[in-house]
Amino acid sequence: MAPQLEYVLRTVEERGVRFVQLWFTDVLGSLKGFAITPAELEGALEEGMTFDGSAIEGYSRVQESDMLAMPDPATFEIVPWRGDDAPVARMFCDIQTLNGEPFGGDPRNVLRRNLDRAREHGYTFFVGPEIEYFYFRSATEPEPLDTAGFFDLTHTDTANELRRRTILTLEAMGIPVEYSFHENGPSQHEIDLRYTDALSMADNVMTFRMVVKRVASELGVHATFMPKPIAGAFGSGLHAHLSLFEGDVNAFHDSGDRQGLSKVGKHFVAGLLRHAPEITAITNQTVNSYKRLIAGYEAPTYISWARNNESALVRVPSPKRDKESSTRIEFRSPDPACNPYLAFAVMLAAGMKGVEEGYPLPEEATNNIFEMTAAARIDAGIDLLPQSLSEALDVMEKSELVVDALGEHVHDYFIRNKRREWNAYKEQVTSWELDRYLGSL
Amino acid sequence: MEPILVFPDPPPAMLAQTLDLGGYAWKAVGNAAIATADEPADGWAGAIIVTDEDPDGALSLCRSLRKRDAVLEPLLMLVSGAQLAELGEREDLFDDFCLMPFHPQELEARLRHLLYRAGRGSTPELVAYGDLALNLETYQAALSGKPLDLTYMEYELLKFFATHPAKVFTREQLLSRVWGYEYYGGARTVDVHVRRLRAKLGEEHANLIQTVRSVGYRFGQTRAL
Repeated sequence: MAPQLEYVLRTVEERGVRFVQLWFTDVLGSLKGFAITPAELEGALEEGMTFDGSAIEGYSRVQESDMLAMPDPATFEIVPWRGDDAPVARMFCDIQTLNGEPFGGDPRNVLRRNLDRAREHGYTFFVGPEIEYFYFRSATEPEPLDTAGFFDLTHTDTANELRRRTILTLEAMGIPVEYSFHENGPSQHEIDLRYTDALSMADNVMTFRMVVKRVASELGVHATFMPKPIAGAFGSGLHAHLSLFEGDVNAFHDSGDRQGLSKVGKHFVAGLLRHAPEITAITNQTVNSYKRLIAGYEAPTYISWARNNESALVRVPSPKRDKESSTRIEFRSPDPACNPYLAFAVMLAAGMKGVEEGYPLPEEATNNIFEMTAAARIDAGIDLLPQSLSEALDVMEKSELVVDALGEHVHDYFIRNKRREWNAYKEQVTSWELDRYLGSL
Repeated sequence: MEPILVFPDPPPAMLAQTLDLGGYAWKAVGNAAIATADEPADGWAGAIIVTDEDPDGALSLCRSLRKRDAVLEPLLMLVSGAQLAELGEREDLFDDFCLMPFHPQELEARLRHLLYRAGRGSTPELVAYGDLALNLETYQAALSGKPLDLTYMEYELLKFFATHPAKVFTREQLLSRVWGYEYYGGARTVDVHVRRLRAKLGEEHANLIQTVRSVGYRFGQTRAL
């Protein structure tokens, strides 16, 4: 038996683990799972566990509903919130069809496929996300716990206790935290995870969302990754710091360049910029996501890049001196309600397209784009990101790059599902419309 | 010598008599909690676990004695003939065994031999460094007696570090010694795993793994020799 499998089996026995949860993700990015007992574990590790995929968003149609969940033993972790009395462990799974083929609707497989493609070019893809979210008193009203602002050190509220417990839980699960602080919005917080390979990071983001919500609910608070819960306040983003490594060399770094950015880095940025509209439906997948992507709240709206401009879509942060491994680019449009597997997959595909085709990097946006007139922007060749989920779906539907990156199964399901979401939204009469029109018209 | 732990409570009369006649101090315990509560300050000298009457209770006690920070050794198991077949799967749980009903002279000889060997110091299966203990037999790691939950590669990396303290290793060396093959992620993989390990070791112990600038990593404190 492979030592990794033996390690898992042995740890389950030694720690007296009572249940092993098998986790996976549906196409829309919700965490799914079922639990097995230690008696079933060895069989599950070797042959997978059969389950009915017809109830999972974006998995199979009813006539082909049975699928296999193959646990990934490298992701085996004891779940810290279940205590030592009857420990519970979890593993992420890869989903296969019954004849052992990787299943096209499994987001983890989608990301794996894109990572393999980059690997054929000699690259490993690393991601370090900054994840913002809100704490509210309940899931029904966006009532903040406090009114503190950016970097405020508040000491009277429960928010610090929430963040402290969250970070301790994350670290116990092998998810190192780089920074955490109070963000701009009331009760808005940010936790930055240390970069790691994209597949582990997508797993980490799934675990992160679970941990944040769970710790909050233990203290009677609701945590939300909704991109824009309060009109007039800052929205929540998932800024993704991206880098490619060629073996041990940071492929984005060139000490001879003014920005410290290599040719590969520049082409990657150019790819992200050129294909940004096509991948926006994936990185910003809800109706509400587009209420965040507006001017005035440090969220990107225009397709541009800059070294230090909070309104740019791609930012090239200055690397730490003498630390070439820290050279990276920051993609600022994604929000934390995305499916991280699919979002990382399309970001990589867009960037790699730029590298493969040698796209030229457009000029850096130097002045604040929001202050330019529309005509000046058009002259400068600066386009807008899609303005709504509907627009984003229109562009995505025609994108060969996205079909190719996601595979037809996920692409078709996603478009169908999200069109329904948009149509349901379109039927609504909002309170804004009533305020604006009912009296005057 | 500290007393020997004996299970169950009360032990078979024959066992009690043999130990008394042999001049051994001993104390019977009924379960793991009592074993911990009654443990002498310098730890039990060893354990004799009779498994034929209550096999589940006996094995669970063995497991708990073996997964502690300071693994209890030596452990002599008294088994029935019917239990012999299962012994192969439990080899990490005992150091030697005796068939029931035992011959008093055999039991005494085995016990004397085990205690002698244990007296020569720690066994290779247990690696200890400060508050950290690794049981190489059971793959378990503990910090100050509290289990440390690691993934397989985190465990392998920590094991390598703990068995090679105070030496500096480059990322490439760690990669080839721990991962053992041309791992695709390259040296970044080492950094990523070191960060995860430090996170799990917690603030107080994160500095067990030190970054040696422009070189790599070193485990433990540098000690003036």
